[in-house]
Amino acid sequence: MHSLYMVLIDPFVQMVSAPDLFLQTIWEGLVAGVLYALIALGFVLIFKASGVFNFAQGMMVVFAGLTLIAFQDLGVPAPLALILAVGVMYLMAVTIERTVLRPLVNQPDIILFMATFGITYILIGVGEMIFGGEPKDVNTKAFMLPQGSLEIPAFGGFVQLQKIDIAAAIIAALMIGALAFFFQKTRIGRALRAVADSHKAALSVGISLNQIWVIVWFAAGIVALVAGIMWGARSNVSFALQVVALKALPVLILGGFTSIPGAIIGGLIIGIGEKIGEFYWGPLMGGGIESWLAYLIALGFLLFRPQGLFGEKIIERI
Amino acid sequence: MFYREAGQYKTSYPSDMAVFPIAQDRIGIGLILAAAFIFIPMVASDFIMSSVMIPFLVFSLAAIGLNILTGYTGLISLGTGAFMGVGAYACYKLTTIFPGVNIIVWIIVSGFFSAFVGIIFGIPSLRIKGFYLAVATLAAQFFLQWCFVRIPWLYNYNASGAIEVGTRTLFGIPIVGPNATPEVRYYVLLCIVVALTWIASNIVHGRIGRSWMAVRDMDIAAELMGIKLLDTKLLAFAVSSFYAGVAGACMMFLWYGGGEASDAFNINQSFNILFMVIIGGLGSLIGSFFGAAFISMLPTVLKFGLPAIGIPLSGATAEHLIHIMVGGLIIFFLIVEPHGLARLWQIGKQKLRMWPFPY
Repeated sequence: MHSLYMVLIDPFVQMVSAPDLFLQTIWEGLVAGVLYALIALGFVLIFKASGVFNFAQGMMVVFAGLTLIAFQDLGVPAPLALILAVGVMYLMAVTIERTVLRPLVNQPDIILFMATFGITYILIGVGEMIFGGEPKDVNTKAFMLPQGSLEIPAFGGFVQLQKIDIAAAIIAALMIGALAFFFQKTRIGRALRAVADSHKAALSVGISLNQIWVIVWFAAGIVALVAGIMWGARSNVSFALQVVALKALPVLILGGFTSIPGAIIGGLIIGIGEKIGEFYWGPLMGGGIESWLAYLIALGFLLFRPQGLFGEKIIERI
Repeated sequence: MFYREAGQYKTSYPSDMAVFPIAQDRIGIGLILAAAFIFIPMVASDFIMSSVMIPFLVFSLAAIGLNILTGYTGLISLGTGAFMGVGAYACYKLTTIFPGVNIIVWIIVSGFFSAFVGIIFGIPSLRIKGFYLAVATLAAQFFLQWCFVRIPWLYNYNASGAIEVGTRTLFGIPIVGPNATPEVRYYVLLCIVVALTWIASNIVHGRIGRSWMAVRDMDIAAELMGIKLLDTKLLAFAVSSFYAGVAGACMMFLWYGGGEASDAFNINQSFNILFMVIIGGLGSLIGSFFGAAFISMLPTVLKFGLPAIGIPLSGATAEHLIHIMVGGLIIFFLIVEPHGLARLWQIGKQKLRMWPFPY
């Protein structure tokens, strides 16, 4: 009886009795969710346009972040370092397209999925060789990212908001807006959607698949760079971030592999659900439930909508 | 010249449908078994035994398990590492609660515990497909891994949280624990692997295997033909997890000899086994062995092979180079032969049959 009370009622009593703490938890969940969404966005871009489940996205975030930091450490001014890092991401996109995607065109999905594992390994090796294994900090001042925190009074208490988190949310929103515009209104965006619908039909109307792939991998690289900067500004960039990137996977299945809004909303649901679960129910189970709660939430949604919340309906024919 | 089936007449259906219909193949498998049982223990040093052969056999077993699920039934799983862990912990609990029963019995029985857990996590597979399922199986991976750390009952409330392997004997010879020699452990493992491979071969060539493959090729069509999807998929999860569980128990008891177990069964282990299955060849038992050999031996070969041919490596750079090379080789093999090493093996056999003519 007591344990039932602890699981079913007590957390809600806590939420109501300390609403400021509850708000703080939700805010932290939102912030985590934005970062998950940023990583998931890169996955979605590539999956939409090429059907490749890009496992390397998490590593690309680390790699992009470390590249930027390395340029800054060399004394390159911040705007130039940013441009150079974008250049490196472009080079990476071209290299991946040439050496991995082009020879593997028309292979089953799982083979391409495996190939992105190969890319991950290579990025880990190259990254550790060039940048070293230690975690590094992003120079937040150079990017004019705000620091410190705001304290907003709420329900007789305080909710603490880190300014950097607010900036991250705004930047993420801007980027999503830009991507939506790019996909819906530009010529390349239309070509991308055509490729996503059908490779063969797109080829037959004269869309170059190779170009499109470079573009999406480049776009995913830029998203990775932004995610890397935001993450690095909050804590630091290290190869351990790769594990965090795995959190983007439940976000993906929750939102649907092919949906950009799905990635955002999925990210927020997972972020908030995870933080609330950890804060209110975690202590009952010995803590650390964050590591699997996200997957369980996603699995719950998936049982009712097997294609994710916003994914395209799966139609099967014989 | 030697590899021809000319003159070997099949006079009955069973002989025509045999797994090895050609006499040379039967001789070949006999030679391989003879080499594994007699030749390798004679020539291999303790180091090769314990750091090359034993890992290879353990991973082969796990790869066969995953191949049953991914290669034969078409369900991608990223939770193999955790299912191996279930086997290892089940074996540990069983052998501490019932120390009188022989450890080999418990290694096999622990597979059933793993199979049970596999069935539970396989239930969503009826509705969820493809990469969605792959990510859903990550739930199993992370949840079980969390259990391994947070439930102290599983590791008998050890302060270290590690599995402790005591000495267990068979006919008075220590086969598990600090006193067991690599040779003995190798023989025990080899017997388990050979027996389970034989069983797996019979399953996949029989009715069950055929229904798995029908589900893989198109599950709706299979359902229309009267194959029960739920039963078939869950059976695939059960058999696959059974193999993974036995492999995990073998890994802990016959290879590691105890230790920090939660690390050994993490997500990277799951990925590793998936590599083996795909590099080796989806839907091929021999491919599982090739893949396991390739992935499990590659780092060792690179680490000790490169200095031997005159390329000096320092510790840290070596690790990075190995990462790059493993990644590069994975991509290279996928480009050269997306159907895996098993397909190369088949092509080689076909060439040998035609030899000395090109076609």
